[in-house]
Amino acid sequence: MADLSVRICGIDFKNPIIPASGVFGYGKEYEQYYPLSELGGIATKGTTGAKRTGNLPPRVAETPMGMLNSVGLQNPGIDHFIAVELPHLLSCDTVILANIAGSTPDECAEVAAKLDSTDVHMIELNISCPNVKQGGAAFGTSCTAAAEVTRAVRRATKKPLVVKLSPNVTSITEIAKAVEAEGADALSLINTLLGMRIDLRTRRPILHNNMGGLSGPAVFPVAVRMVWQVANAVKVPVIGMGGVMSGEDAAELMMAGASAVQVGTAIVQDPYAPLRIIDELNAWLDANGIASAAELTGTVRPW
Amino acid sequence: MKQDRYKERLACRVRAMEQLTAAAWSMVIECLEAAAKAVPGQFVHILPAGSFTLRRPISICGIDKEAGTLRIVFEVRGKGTDALSQLHAGDTVDMLAPLGHGFTLLPENARVILIGGGIGTPPMLPLARHYGADAVVISGFRNADAVILQQDFAETGAKTILCTDDGSAGRAGLVTLPLEEEICAEKPAMICACGPLPMLKAAAALAQKHQIPCEVSLEERMGCGIGACLVCACRTLDEHGDEQYLHVCRNGPVFKAEEVVW
Repeated sequence: MADLSVRICGIDFKNPIIPASGVFGYGKEYEQYYPLSELGGIATKGTTGAKRTGNLPPRVAETPMGMLNSVGLQNPGIDHFIAVELPHLLSCDTVILANIAGSTPDECAEVAAKLDSTDVHMIELNISCPNVKQGGAAFGTSCTAAAEVTRAVRRATKKPLVVKLSPNVTSITEIAKAVEAEGADALSLINTLLGMRIDLRTRRPILHNNMGGLSGPAVFPVAVRMVWQVANAVKVPVIGMGGVMSGEDAAELMMAGASAVQVGTAIVQDPYAPLRIIDELNAWLDANGIASAAELTGTVRPW
Repeated sequence: MKQDRYKERLACRVRAMEQLTAAAWSMVIECLEAAAKAVPGQFVHILPAGSFTLRRPISICGIDKEAGTLRIVFEVRGKGTDALSQLHAGDTVDMLAPLGHGFTLLPENARVILIGGGIGTPPMLPLARHYGADAVVISGFRNADAVILQQDFAETGAKTILCTDDGSAGRAGLVTLPLEEEICAEKPAMICACGPLPMLKAAAALAQKHQIPCEVSLEERMGCGIGACLVCACRTLDEHGDEQYLHVCRNGPVFKAEEVVW
């Protein structure tokens, strides 16, 4: 039994596997399957200042080794989250990363300020949602905008701040450095890649939003590459994600530079995926004589 | 291996496979716990073997609590359902079940009208078994080659009315004509429907006209199946008449017709 614990921004995680924001809601749907205390942490559903209804359906399409989604940040708003969802989540004996988003830097800052007075462990600022018209990816695709929104949120909270980056950029390292310079305590990547599918019969895009975010095993090599690039470009820790389906995938992303790993699409497919991935990572570490998961981070030996 | 414990929780054995028409298949699945819990209108969420990312939601067509089995009838529409159609008795399937909310069940002697269109017909069968001779089952299909489950419905004791678009079996035309005739003959306590959207919309309109409670089973492209990922959105009205998105997997698949924004 290897030591699976990792430490990020002074926060202890019992293991490095975290359900990614969006697939796990606020956790309660999964409690019928297992106690949430088995998880390293939970990145909660992206929450905005006001309630959002989300995009028209269809919101999902299967793709080769992956899926597209365009939920459009449907959520009940930060006040509901803090009053109704957060108290229970904080009693679950796991690290809670409150994922937040907004249309403007001010909205993001306002949401962060409200969370600052709660006991939430970390804030994950989403500057990379591809499915909303304002804010979202618009923040994450220019260094200036990414820096501006990070600065605004940094001023609003003393909580450990993780900024979640978009892969839909020419140079993710430039964005990463801009966000780090404004005080991000950690970075998480990658959000989904912008994609599109068309129904040949109707000539309509399958998603009502026309475009959506691609996730799943199809994007895993992109995630490995970007985690590696970013981990080499910044000093703050990196939380990796993008198509992780197995314990070996998690180990690979950690070798590329991730200190912990988020799991998204695998959970849409199988509610037990995070537990299976934790066990598989543990078994892989044991089989390879590695005493601690934390030792893996950044140990890739590039040519 | 330790990790197999998670697979085992979802692994179910296929007891029987039967091809019903060129495109429709019947599968009986051994799942003691799911069968014990299942109610009419719920669905199963199956991950086809191979390189598929998403599960396929399929309505439950038969619940046998004594045998510990669920039956599904599905149509091959794409590669995922094609993979399911190639399973054999003895194979295992990766299945989450039962999911969603079913139909409101009235006392067994209530007169109800059950409407099924095409591959929307199977979820009406557990209802027909519940209501027996007090139910009227009106099912519509494209043509005689697509007709399924008529013998099963007859065995429940329900009155069955078969319609086809081209008149090649049963009555020619849409299910709405016999629906209105049955409503006028004796007003039912409830109408339950599953099928193509235009059919559901027409059934809901007739129910509203005659002031009869109506429940419809909806379909949408689905993700997790348990209400977390929020992809299978359905536009509905809340108690104040404001539009909101509910989700087919958790809030449905059965909705009250009057809460759906058609």
